Order: sequence, then structure tokens, then C-alpha cells
Amino acid sequence: MQDLLYFIQQLINGLTIGSTYALIAIGYTMVYGIIGMINFAHGEIYMIGAYTALIAITGLAALGIAWLPLVLIVALICAMLVSSSMGWAVERVAYRPVRGKHRLIPLISAIGMSIFLQNYVHLAQGSRNVGFPALIEGGFQFGATDSFQTSISYMQITIFITTLVCMTILSLFISRSRIGRACRAVSQDLGMANLLGIDTNRIISATFVIGAALAAVAGLLLGMYYGSIDPLFGFIAGLKAFTAAVLGGIGSIPGAMLGGLILGVAESMTSGYLSGEYKDVVSFGLLILILLFKPTGLLGKPEVEKI
Amino acid sequence: MAAHNLKHALFCAFITLIISYPILGFDLTSRGTTVVLEGVNTTTSIGVLAAVIIVFLFQYFRDSVMGSLRQLPAINPLANREPMEQSKRLKLESILLTLMIIGALIWPFIASRGAVDLATLVLIYIMLALGLNVVVGLAGLLDLGYVAFYAVGAYTFALLSQYYGISFWFALPIGAGLAALFGLVLGFPVLRLRGDYLAIVTLGFGEIIRILLNNMTSLTGGPNGIGGIPDPTLFGMEFGRRVKEEGNTSFHETFGIAYSGEHKVIFLYLIALVLAVITAIAIRRLMRMPVGRAWEALREDEIAAKSLGLSRTAVKLSAFTIGAFFAGFAGTVFASKQGFISPESFVFLESAIILAIVVLGGMGSQMGVILAAIAVTILPELAREFSEYRMLIFGAAMVLMMVWRPQGLMPMRRIHIELKRQE
Repeated sequence: MQDLLYFIQQLINGLTIGSTYALIAIGYTMVYGIIGMINFAHGEIYMIGAYTALIAITGLAALGIAWLPLVLIVALICAMLVSSSMGWAVERVAYRPVRGKHRLIPLISAIGMSIFLQNYVHLAQGSRNVGFPALIEGGFQFGATDSFQTSISYMQITIFITTLVCMTILSLFISRSRIGRACRAVSQDLGMANLLGIDTNRIISATFVIGAALAAVAGLLLGMYYGSIDPLFGFIAGLKAFTAAVLGGIGSIPGAMLGGLILGVAESMTSGYLSGEYKDVVSFGLLILILLFKPTGLLGKPEVEKI
Repeated sequence: MAAHNLKHALFCAFITLIISYPILGFDLTSRGTTVVLEGVNTTTSIGVLAAVIIVFLFQYFRDSVMGSLRQLPAINPLANREPMEQSKRLKLESILLTLMIIGALIWPFIASRGAVDLATLVLIYIMLALGLNVVVGLAGLLDLGYVAFYAVGAYTFALLSQYYGISFWFALPIGAGLAALFGLVLGFPVLRLRGDYLAIVTLGFGEIIRILLNNMTSLTGGPNGIGGIPDPTLFGMEFGRRVKEEGNTSFHETFGIAYSGEHKVIFLYLIALVLAVITAIAIRRLMRMPVGRAWEALREDEIAAKSLGLSRTAVKLSAFTIGAFFAGFAGTVFASKQGFISPESFVFLESAIILAIVVLGGMGSQMGVILAAIAVTILPELAREFSEYRMLIFGAAMVLMMVWRPQGLMPMRRIHIELKRQE
């Protein structure tokens, strides 16, 4: 019984982390699906989202506003606004001029952007980690009081629900809206979509903005969940999310969600049963194995090389 | 057009305000357990405002600004001249190289101890950058975990000297060989992957190595690192004041000169210089050999190269292994220079710096890479008060290079024949 409860606890923790990875992974996968580049700076955009949310929360606290739903919504809107502007600006400055050049050139530009943004926040806000207030406290407990208890905190429930809502909105947006349809068209064939009168530059910008907004949601959620943020925490999270995107099949949005959940569970099982220090090793090891044996990922389509 | 421009300029200015003001304007400070928001500093506000106005003006007058920029005479007067004749250029380059090596040889005897130490570091970076240049510049494989091979070289020497008392000269080939072996073992499965996947896998590999070094505390000392790494010896002569090992003599006693701490620094510098020159010459030779041509052929067009009978795996693997070998070389020298190593020295940022050197210098160009390595290592030392902006400028420089001059400051030139234009 106790083992089962412990297992369930790890599963819950894994799914919580995994669903936020999925939110970040969508940004990678959408950009990759459309212009075929890895947006290395995406992790930094997520980090900036977390910082903005924290600034908004402390700002509201200083003004004396403490009504929780209002605080959360204002923080969310601020974070999404700043992150998506950042996503738009990054695409405009660093990626659009090098689009269509040799594969390595946008990638190196993206790495440069990532280093730049990391240090931008580092210089503006200092390198030390800052505490993120736990706004949502408490939770449910299962199991006998004298032995191991499985717990779900309200924070975890909030993460699940928010992620679910975001994913639903995104799926509806992609499948129903005009921009969503254009996005799908552009990802199938950029040149053809352009010929048919779609403003592809605009659609590519929109992809960056949507990805950045979702990353900002993840930034707020994970910031509250972990309780502290620092300028470097976007880097590892970005790598994990990229792993999730590749795991699910890069370019596929349901794949990113699935990949995120699998990666989160794998990680929390490693820290639960082996050691927390090796969880990064496991996720990178997983990435290497997937790329070796199934480079298209779980839900991805095989890429045909045209000559 | 003007209305459209105004709208666009306002939008850009607004975006600039949004992305800069919240992060720069407010300061999060921890007070005990709570975080408070510090007020806005006036200079920062003025700076942000100035940036917004500049962006607005630039975007509003974009067409005319760009137009007049294009009409300006080229900044570089040499840009439009006829390319230099092949033989003349080669001669000039070899004269320059000879002068550089002579200068490097004289350097330790005229410069201060700190400057020589810095020069050793520059040489280590030159070795690393030349090695990565083979992988990224010549073979076109983006390796973001290059620092892992550097770490393998450094840790091999540190561990061998700690457990078996092996000296620098034995550890040098072992460290480089082991790094090459790591490159071979990693490269074999991953080189089938396409460019950007390869980048991520090598990045993951670099992180795995660092995490393992950090956590295998009983073997590597974990975050505390390994200290007491011995200095290299000259034919069994030690450079310390007292001889540490039985049977060795000390350098200053053999030659009957007064002991000076500088001898060791200069000796290490000279070793690094010799190794860097060996690296440069070896890679220069390799570039002219069939394997070097194959690297470039594969970089330019994989399918065409395959159709001509090149084995993709073998060619890529050779580049990867050779690159790793030189990283191992540099790692051994680094461990000996520092006398102490820890996983701190082998973070991703180090890989990014080496990559930035290769990119700034011009991918594939040896001369460019050497000059970039010197610049990137020395500039932050000269501008110490700006040292915290170093990485910020690095990142921006990488982006700007890719946008404006993706071929680097000194692009690689292949030996080729220029056809004269017929009148």
C-alpha cells in the first residue's frame, strides 16, 4: 500500500512538471514546424515571463491588492504581454534576417540571442535567485496519517487546470481560427502558402508570439511551484522542453503535450527512486536514445529528403 | 506610405517599452523571506525612454536612413578592390605567421608574469578553437558540447596524477587519446543525425559529462574538484623551490641560477605555444589532405558528396574525433596551468565562448580563428570595468555577426583559380 502511494505521489509530481514542460515545448514545436529552426532563446523567454509575473505580483502586493484571482490574472496578463513582445522582437531582430540561410546560421544566432537575454536579465535583476511567494497553499492528503501520505496541493491542481485550458484554447485556435488555418498551411508549404496570398511573415511572427505567451504561462506556474527563480533557470527548462518536443515528434502539437508528460514522469520517477541529481542525466539520455532509434519522435511524421 | 510607417514605428517603440521597462525599471530585492520591489531609478527610466525614442525615429525614417547608408562610401576601403594574387597572399600570410610566432617566443621574456599567464590562457583557447574549427568550420557539424572533451582531457590528467602519479608528459597523449576515444564513441551513433539535432545531442552529452563529474564525488571530488595537479617537468627537472619527487632535480639548481617563480610560468607558456603551433600545423596539413577536402565537400553538399563515394559516417567521425583530440590536448595543459580543476570550468558557456571564437573568426579560417581567440580572451581583461557586460556583448556580437557577416571577420579562402573576365 505504502509503495503504491509513493508511486502515485511520484506520478502526480511528474505530471505536474510534465504539463508545464508541454506548455514550453509547444513554442519549440510550432516554430520548428513552420521554419525548421530550433528557437534556442525560447527558454529565456520563459524565464522573462516568470520574472515579469513576479514583478507584477510584488508590485500588486506593494499597492495593497491581495485578492488572489485578481493578482494571478494581472500577473498572467503582464507576463504574457512582455514575453510575447519579447518573442516578437527576437524573431524580428535575430531570426528574420537570417531566415533561409544555411541551417547553422539561424541556430548560432539563436544561441547568441539566448546568451544575450540571459545576461540582460542577469544585469538588470542580479544573478541571485529571488523567492517567489507561494500564493496558493494547502492541498488534499490521502492515506493513513501514521504512514506515507500522498498529497496533491492546490498548486498542482491549478497547474493541471491552467495547462488543460491553455491546450484546449490552442487546439481550438489552430483548428478553427483563420490564423490557425494559415499556420497549418505555412507549416505544410511556406512558398505555396505565400503564393496563395498568406502573409507568411505575419504568420511566423504570430507563431513566435503564441509560443512565447504559453511559455509565460509556464513561467508563472513553475515559478510559484518551485518557489524561486534566477536568470539561468530558463536554460535547463528550455532544454527539457526541447527534449519533450523531440520526444513527441517535433512539429506536432499533440506530440509536444505527450512528450512533456512522459518526460516529466520519467524525471520524477528518477528522483523518487534513484537520486535527484541524476534526473537531468536521464532526460538527456532519453533524448539521445530517442534521436538514435526514432528520430521522428512518437507522433512525428517522417521527413522525406528531396534532392 | 507615411501613415504606414508611423503606425509601424509606434508599434516598434511600444514593443521596446514593453520589453525593456518591466525588467530594467523594477528591481526585485530579497528582504529576509519576502521579496520587495525597489522603485524606479531615474537614469534607467531616461535610458529606456531614450531607447524608445531612438527605435521610433529609426523605424519612422527607416527608408531614408537605409537609403543614405547605402549611398555612403564603403567603410572598409579594401572591400571592393581586386582580390590579391594567390601567391602574394600566401607569402604575406606566411610572413605574418612567422612574425607572430617570433613575437610569441619573445613575449615571456619581456612581459610581466600576469601577462604571460594570460597568454597561456590565450594559447589554450587557440588550441580549443582550432579543434572546434575542424568540427564546425570545416565539417559543418555544430558541436555544442565541445567542452566535454576538454573536461575529459583535464580530468584524465588530474585523476592519473592523483591516483597513479603519472607526469604531465605521459598524461598529455593519454588525455588527448581518451578525449578522441570519447569523440569516437559519441560520434559513432549520433553522426547520422541532421545538423540541428546533432547540436542538441552534443549539448546534452556535454551536460551529462558535467553532471557526472559533479556527482561522482568519490572519484572526482564532486564540486570541490581536484587540486594539487603537478606542474610539467623538463627532462625530469622540477620547477618548484624544493624537489617533490625522489630522484628528480630542480631546474634552478641544475643550471645554478637563483630560484624564481617565473620559470614555471614561462615554461608552461612555452609548452602551450609549442602545442598550439603543432595543432595549427597538423590541422593545416589535414585540411590539404583528402580527408580535409572530404570534410568540406560533405559540409557543402551531403548528397553530392555521398554520390561521389564518400562515406558520410567515416568522414564526419574523423572530423569529430580529431576535434576531440585537440580539446583533450588543451584540457591537459589547462589542468596543469591551473593546478586545480572542478566541473565549474566546463559549463555550457565555455562551449558557447569557443563557438563564438570560431564564428567571429570566420568558420574554417585558421588565421581568423587565431586572431578571434586572442581578441575574445584579451579584450575582457583590458576592459575590466565592463567585465560584467562581457557575456551580454558576446551574445549580441554572435547575433550581429550572423545577420551581417555570417562568414566571419576573416572568411576562409580556398586555393582556387580566378578566371579573367573577357573584354
